[in-house]
Amino acid sequence: MAAKSEKFRTCPTTGFKIHGPAETLIQINAVTAIVFLLVGGIIGLALALTRWQAIHLLNDTLFYRLLSLHGIAMLVAWIIFFEMAILYFASAVVLSARLAVPWLGWLQYLLMLVGGAIVAVQILLGNADVMFTSYVPLQAHHLYYLGIILFAVGAILGCVVFFATVVAAKTEGAHTGYLPLVTFGAAAAAIIAIGTLSHGAIVFIPTWLWAAGLVPMMDVEVYRLIFWGFGHSSQQINVCAMVAVWYLLGTLTVGSVPLNEKVCRSAFVLYILFINIASEHHLLVDPGLSAAHKTWNTGYFMHLAVLASMIHAFSIPAAVEVALRKKGYTKGAFEWLKKAPWGNPGWSALVLSLIGFGFLGGITGVVYGTEQINIIAHNNLRIPGHFHATVVCGTTLAFMGITYYVLPLIFRREVAFPQLAKIQPYLFGIGMMVFSTAMMFAGGFGVSRRSWDMNGVESAFAVDFGPVVDIALAIMGIGALVGAIGGALYCVIAVATLLIGKKINA
Amino acid sequence: MSVTAPQPGFFDQPLHKEEKIWIALAFVWCIFITVAMPWWHIAGNQNSSSEFYKISGEHFSTIVDDFIAKNKTGEEAGIPVVSPPPGSDIFLRGQQWAWDPILDLKVNETYRLHLSSIDVLHGMSIHPINMNFEAVPGWDYVLTITPTTSGDFRIICNEFCGVDHHNMIGKIIVK
Repeated sequence: MAAKSEKFRTCPTTGFKIHGPAETLIQINAVTAIVFLLVGGIIGLALALTRWQAIHLLNDTLFYRLLSLHGIAMLVAWIIFFEMAILYFASAVVLSARLAVPWLGWLQYLLMLVGGAIVAVQILLGNADVMFTSYVPLQAHHLYYLGIILFAVGAILGCVVFFATVVAAKTEGAHTGYLPLVTFGAAAAAIIAIGTLSHGAIVFIPTWLWAAGLVPMMDVEVYRLIFWGFGHSSQQINVCAMVAVWYLLGTLTVGSVPLNEKVCRSAFVLYILFINIASEHHLLVDPGLSAAHKTWNTGYFMHLAVLASMIHAFSIPAAVEVALRKKGYTKGAFEWLKKAPWGNPGWSALVLSLIGFGFLGGITGVVYGTEQINIIAHNNLRIPGHFHATVVCGTTLAFMGITYYVLPLIFRREVAFPQLAKIQPYLFGIGMMVFSTAMMFAGGFGVSRRSWDMNGVESAFAVDFGPVVDIALAIMGIGALVGAIGGALYCVIAVATLLIGKKINA
Repeated sequence: MSVTAPQPGFFDQPLHKEEKIWIALAFVWCIFITVAMPWWHIAGNQNSSSEFYKISGEHFSTIVDDFIAKNKTGEEAGIPVVSPPPGSDIFLRGQQWAWDPILDLKVNETYRLHLSSIDVLHGMSIHPINMNFEAVPGWDYVLTITPTTSGDFRIICNEFCGVDHHNMIGKIIVK
């Protein structure tokens, strides 16, 4: 054991004992995630500037190709690579334990990197203009599906390493007692991940074989049902990871303590139990399942998952309020809020992420997921408006916020350009809020998502949406520009910290 | 702290009053919106349909061709215009990258619209009323529709279906 203990260092700030291999894997997953964020972000800006009718930057082929890549780079690569870093952090670092089976962690990284690279190359070669959803019978090159499968297998291995680390920490005595809340939340994310990624395997393995010409195509509705068991349920991995990061940021920024651990943990369990079936809301305007079936599954089940978010929506603000009041900010109802550390990017990211995810993303998601309203929301810009609020303004911003702590704690460097870091979450958060809101507004008029030209100028029947929609799309583009500046600042700060940030000596 | 183990016995720690009230309110609201969905399915006039049949693309195409032959009253931009009798079964075919036929309907009359695709997945978005349904290959989706306003409507494809996806625009006329 002596040889093993040499691989540990003690963090002077937190007192965590950090295992060398865990640290390396966190670093490499996080850096890879940020590279994908940079690529996906540049593409995202180009796409937004194309849908801004007055600019209409890209041509149609490039628009659809890059839209496919944007979805994969952001929703799959950036977020899941970062989540792997979070899983290793929440297990090995938070529990001060050794990372179990580090080689499996490396295999996770390699499979995800190779899988992600194959997918990206196939899209760029023009072999996979099928969008993130890749609905059959639209067919991509079989290597595209193989790449997704490799990526998913890698992510499953990351979850296995997480659980093995937790078990090892318990059995070897590195951690005694219950799991900390952050680890518990990460465990919920990992459980959901294994479930949803299995759906991915069920749907993508036959699709891969079909694309290779070996088996007949599966029914389109079966594909859509199982795909969304993967595609939407996997967003609940992001929600769990994000909420775990919210609790972590609350603790790191103002020293908050969860109000009631029982309630917080029960809420995570609700996510695990109820989100999967609720994913059926993607099929609300499809044939194949009866309205009764769809209404039941998207009603009762979805709203119990929503209840979980409602619990966190109280629990986290209340916890930070209690923590700030304990610091003496007790004057009036809102002194605690006024005196909160607004210049700390971890704090501003937490607050904006809560608002963006909850008010813009969460509420619209519940509304669009009802049977009748879905008829006027399905596949128009309301949908990407909703999920840019959840996944970008919510999850991505929360991950950005935690980065400002990961850099000094794990990379042991002082954050470069601290003045820019102060404004970064505001630019990104507010830009993306404007972007999402304008997108949903345009969607209300029926403007389709994933469409290069809403006016059909080359088609037999032109469509006129009117000037209000043009203005909404211009506001969307301006929001995207502001958000992209914020996103670029994040990448610059992260990279500069790694390259020229002042080293922190233990 | 969220990064340290909670005290043993945390599970028996009672909730604060405010948190109890919040959760109770949220739960009641969840129940309300859960009940509201089936309730509105019964009380409301716009629902997604539960009527659908499995059908092959070739079979659906034959039926659509018969339908066009029987009801054709004109042609616009190379696409046949059909004027089917009120109350009848009408058909809309999606394929890369066109909707056909052009449906010429009577206001306040009810039709049974059969929606399908004969190649890849398409989405039927009726502009400007912004109503959206999926056109799924292999499935005949039957929507009972009653146009309540007259005018020219567009059918915009809103499910990505290939490089000319944005040009897949059809037409419905209501008189």
